[in-house]
Amino acid sequence: MFNFFHNSNIFIWIEKLINFINSIFFVLLLVALSFALIFSPPDYLQGDSVRIMYVHVPAAWIGLASFTVIAFLSIINFIFKIKNLTLIAKSIAPIGLLFTCVAIVTGSIWGQPTWGTFWAWDARITSMVILAIFYLFFILTHKYLLEESKANNVSSLIAIVGLINIPIVKYSVEWWATLHQPASIKISGTSSIHSSMLMPLLLMFFVLILYCALIFLMKYKTEIIRIKKKNLKRI
Amino acid sequence: MLPKKVKKRASLLAIFLLASVLGVFLILNTLNKNILYFNSPTDIKISQDINYNKKIRIGGMVKKNTLEINNEEIKFIITDFKNEISVSFKGTIPNLFAEGKGVVAEGMLKDKRFFEADRILAKHDENYMPPELKNILSDNAK
Repeated sequence: MFNFFHNSNIFIWIEKLINFINSIFFVLLLVALSFALIFSPPDYLQGDSVRIMYVHVPAAWIGLASFTVIAFLSIINFIFKIKNLTLIAKSIAPIGLLFTCVAIVTGSIWGQPTWGTFWAWDARITSMVILAIFYLFFILTHKYLLEESKANNVSSLIAIVGLINIPIVKYSVEWWATLHQPASIKISGTSSIHSSMLMPLLLMFFVLILYCALIFLMKYKTEIIRIKKKNLKRI
Repeated sequence: MLPKKVKKRASLLAIFLLASVLGVFLILNTLNKNILYFNSPTDIKISQDINYNKKIRIGGMVKKNTLEINNEEIKFIITDFKNEISVSFKGTIPNLFAEGKGVVAEGMLKDKRFFEADRILAKHDENYMPPELKNILSDNAK
């Protein structure tokens, strides 16, 4: 049983998964993009600029979800010191940061035609920037703290403090008056987004999750190779 | 039974987490007023200390049938369905600005009922639908 979790076994599985995702990713991306950019209707109010949503919303979800995963892994890690979980948390961080930045940048681009401004220091946008900063600190501790156990402890604590920011991002639009509109898709209750636009949104989300998984697996693979090559820090 | 070290780390983490949640909560509580991106007309009405020389933002709905556009300026009324403030503005407005839609105006209060804006932002709601559906909905409403 525990043999399965041995690094070389994981390595083989990562290889297989990467190949599998690679084989379906581009086809799915084309399908999702054509639904998002061509087949889905424009919005009654915003017209075609609503199409930015199909990248913006999934990117923000992934940014938030990745950090939540990192934070929970960090909690387990801090208490039980499981080597593999450290590697996983470390490997998720870059792609999470990327998607958080994508969400901020696309949001800014979307803000200009709809709100009339690129930037507003409202609660949602500010808390999203803080999330990106937490990602950055998490990654930098691993880069600059050379002693590994220390780096793990510090980065775990950063992720755990950052976890508090996640509900703030999520509920910022309900707790405070913000320029950003409230959530359209609710976990319970009906969504205020029409199904013809919800479908491409979920499709894009699925494709971007696949991309996220792909980058994560590649990074994870690199970390395992590094251990195999006796802690070679840079290639 | 868990080893002693693990228990120690777990309790340490619990205390740390509790302290940081408390810290964040206190910070947010202190900042409470400043986190609000805009004030509603009701906020303005009940607030005692208004600085008339400081830029503020007022948000709400553009009241229906109050939008006046002439060569020099745009006038409308922001309402939160309890209180209202008249706004005058010179400049360009965002595409999504319309009667009955959300708006955030940035500028200075002249008095509690009159606001001179130097920037208008549109605040849109969370509803997304195709134009055909919107037409059907508004036809049904008639």
